[in-house]
Amino acid sequence: MNKGVAITGMGIISAIGNTVEENYFSLVNNKAAITSIENIPTVHKAVIKVGEIKKTNQQLADELQLAADNNFSRTALLGTIAAKQAVQNAGISSINEYRTGLISATSVGGMDMTETHYYDYFENENLVKYISCHEGGDVAHKIADELDLQGMVTTISTACSSAANAIMLGARLIKTGKLDRVIVGGTDALAKFTINGFKTLMILSDGYNMPFDNDRKGLNLGEAAAYLVLESDAIVEKENKKVLARVSGYGNANDAFHQTASSENGEGAFLAMEKAFQVANLKSEQIDYINVHGTATPNNDLSEGRAIMRIFGENKTPDFSSTKPFTGHTLAAAAAIEAVYSVLAIQNNVVFPNLNFKTPMEEFNLVPQTTLKHKNIEHVLSNSFGFGGNCSTLIFSKSI
Amino acid sequence: MEALKQELKEKIIAVLNLEDINLEDINDNDPLFGDGLGLDSIDALELIVMLDKDYGIKLVDPKEGKVIFQSIETMGNYIKENRTK
Amino acid sequence: MRKTYINGVGCISAQKTVDTVFLEEAELNESDTILPLKIPVYKDFISPVAIRRMAKGVKNGIVASALAMKEAKVTTVDAIITGTGMGCIEDSEKFLKTILENKEEFLTPTSFIQSTHNTVGAQIALGLQCKAYNLTYVNGSVSFESALLDAKMKMEEEEASTVLIGGIDEIADYTTSLFKLAGFIKKENQSPYRVLNSTTKGAVHGEGAIFFALENEKKENTYAEVLDIEILNKLKVEVLEDKIKTFLNANSLQISDIDAVILGYNGDVEYDTYYNTLSENAFVNTPQVYYKHLCGEFNTASAFGLWVGAKIIKTQQIPEILKVNTLENTEYKTILLYNQYKGIDHSFTLISRC
Repeated sequence: MNKGVAITGMGIISAIGNTVEENYFSLVNNKAAITSIENIPTVHKAVIKVGEIKKTNQQLADELQLAADNNFSRTALLGTIAAKQAVQNAGISSINEYRTGLISATSVGGMDMTETHYYDYFENENLVKYISCHEGGDVAHKIADELDLQGMVTTISTACSSAANAIMLGARLIKTGKLDRVIVGGTDALAKFTINGFKTLMILSDGYNMPFDNDRKGLNLGEAAAYLVLESDAIVEKENKKVLARVSGYGNANDAFHQTASSENGEGAFLAMEKAFQVANLKSEQIDYINVHGTATPNNDLSEGRAIMRIFGENKTPDFSSTKPFTGHTLAAAAAIEAVYSVLAIQNNVVFPNLNFKTPMEEFNLVPQTTLKHKNIEHVLSNSFGFGGNCSTLIFSKSI
Repeated sequence: MEALKQELKEKIIAVLNLEDINLEDINDNDPLFGDGLGLDSIDALELIVMLDKDYGIKLVDPKEGKVIFQSIETMGNYIKENRTK
Repeated sequence: MRKTYINGVGCISAQKTVDTVFLEEAELNESDTILPLKIPVYKDFISPVAIRRMAKGVKNGIVASALAMKEAKVTTVDAIITGTGMGCIEDSEKFLKTILENKEEFLTPTSFIQSTHNTVGAQIALGLQCKAYNLTYVNGSVSFESALLDAKMKMEEEEASTVLIGGIDEIADYTTSLFKLAGFIKKENQSPYRVLNSTTKGAVHGEGAIFFALENEKKENTYAEVLDIEILNKLKVEVLEDKIKTFLNANSLQISDIDAVILGYNGDVEYDTYYNTLSENAFVNTPQVYYKHLCGEFNTASAFGLWVGAKIIKTQQIPEILKVNTLENTEYKTILLYNQYKGIDHSFTLISRC
């Protein structure tokens, strides 16, 4: 296998916890956090359930000790909290000491501010500062500012696979020697825009999402942010850094089938997984756990399931689970929080449970791991797929 | 019923931006999806909203659309029986 | 190491940049604060069934990408990488307005789908049935450069031999009014809006879709080789020159090796100091080029800048309308592009004749 790129720090904030430790505690104790929505005034309040972080923007801003006249969107607040944790966890004191970059991911960006103030900008001068939040890179710029990071900063937006692509790009930048250290991840806050968008596609569940269940009715949206610090082996050696795990494989492909739906046989997903195996130089039987995309929409789980069976072979699928019943589908942040969960699975040798599963799908006999399972975990494969046919796969491996 | 079918044709052309299609191009029994007009699943979602907005019919499962939206004829019949406005 | 060549271009902009040689019909508009693009004949490129739901940016992206591929004589690509600052903002506006005005009722999916930033790259892939690597960057004025850097890495990694990249941004009415309110767009009563030696804040805005077909092989129709790209979040004006020297040195070049420098002047008196310092010091003896007076400022306007650079190398001439100074060179071999927006998202791009 290929050695992969070292992960030396991680940070996360999600509905199931404000730190890596809290997230882990929730995952191993079946503490899901799909609830009614509190922070957003929406007419769908009574019908939908979400994975919401129960903190107001003010509370988040206070934690970051931001000035009162700050113009952080909620997406930026969450992202900055997670990125700061990651940098601290990696023991970085001087961020520009090495060629350091930030590759962030978001789909919502500052939409939460745009939709809140859209018609008020002309009435209230104090709101004008939020107009610049809408642009895609605003979140990354704010995180970079808070980290005092001056080097390469960019943002990826490929809908629900965004953060997987950010992690992939970070790993490539280190492998090709363009950067020494890259902070990678993604952030998305809940917004009326996405709630209503997913509602028009009729893929929101009115209950709790049930990945890979025959009676699944759709997804719960969520909000979260997670970032990982990737460092070159030169830094790891020089500073004797602790390596949490490694990004050993990655693949990106396009389904080229439909603007929002996945193809019947999961071609894009299949190609992304195949590519990730090539990059990692691993065989499918070496995977100990798949953190599936598993959004619990009828379309995704069928398509992903078929792609998994094509790659792994019938009845040869390793333990798999979707962690979205815990957190909801956190869109551009999903692959980042699931990267953190993949590293936690490797560090603690556990497979997290796929909650809410009862009945196998009639199309195939794929049954997810429904309880916490302890076993040695060397390699985890994590899938993330987005609208526009964007399919990405990451493989994380134990550091030897 | 004839008036309703005519109305549906007009609405479909407008809602789905079928600029190059004329009213007389759509026959009552022509399939709307696939080979006929060539509509797709996103169009189906648009039509579901039209049912709700204009006729007060709420569909919860997009799969129901498959049967209802087979043709102008099937749509017309469904609306006639289920409309609340 | 595999090289990266620009073998085809497709440029939809406020100027006539399709079926022309190089801006011979360019028109300078100094009286408007918005420069809309010249709408191409979509029907020549997109079927009526496909076009009916497409956002403006999607349509322009498809046309520009088709032009670039046609010129490079390629029919398939190994990667599609796009950059956009605001995405298809017109459809975002449409969806958001319906949410607010209809109180979250009777919403339809089309404008939501068209509003996701990756929709241009996705629909190009759908049209080409291209299942390869597909990515979209959305980071202010380095959105396009991020795509270019990624493409170049793909070549170096030997993961691709043909890559389609492009920058797409569109003008939308309400966002324009917000940008005027915030002062990003110049005030209405200050014309003529001159980009050079401007004394006012903000910029004249524009839109465009500018695509490039990149290949790892030099061909008959090759424009230029892409030597290097660097992206920096923040840079103080005092250290800009040093950073450029370091960047050039890494490519075994010096300031004197640069035959023309293309600067991203946008007429914002607050931030054009970055360009002025280069113009008046390090590159005082170098032919200098500007272009945003022709295409307007937008997050991916620098893609128009690269189009200008590629054209200069191919035609070996700089049209008068682009000149900052009167200097000329007998040969335009190596060109440096520098761009930033509001003092952040700096990029250096180096291209050369081959």
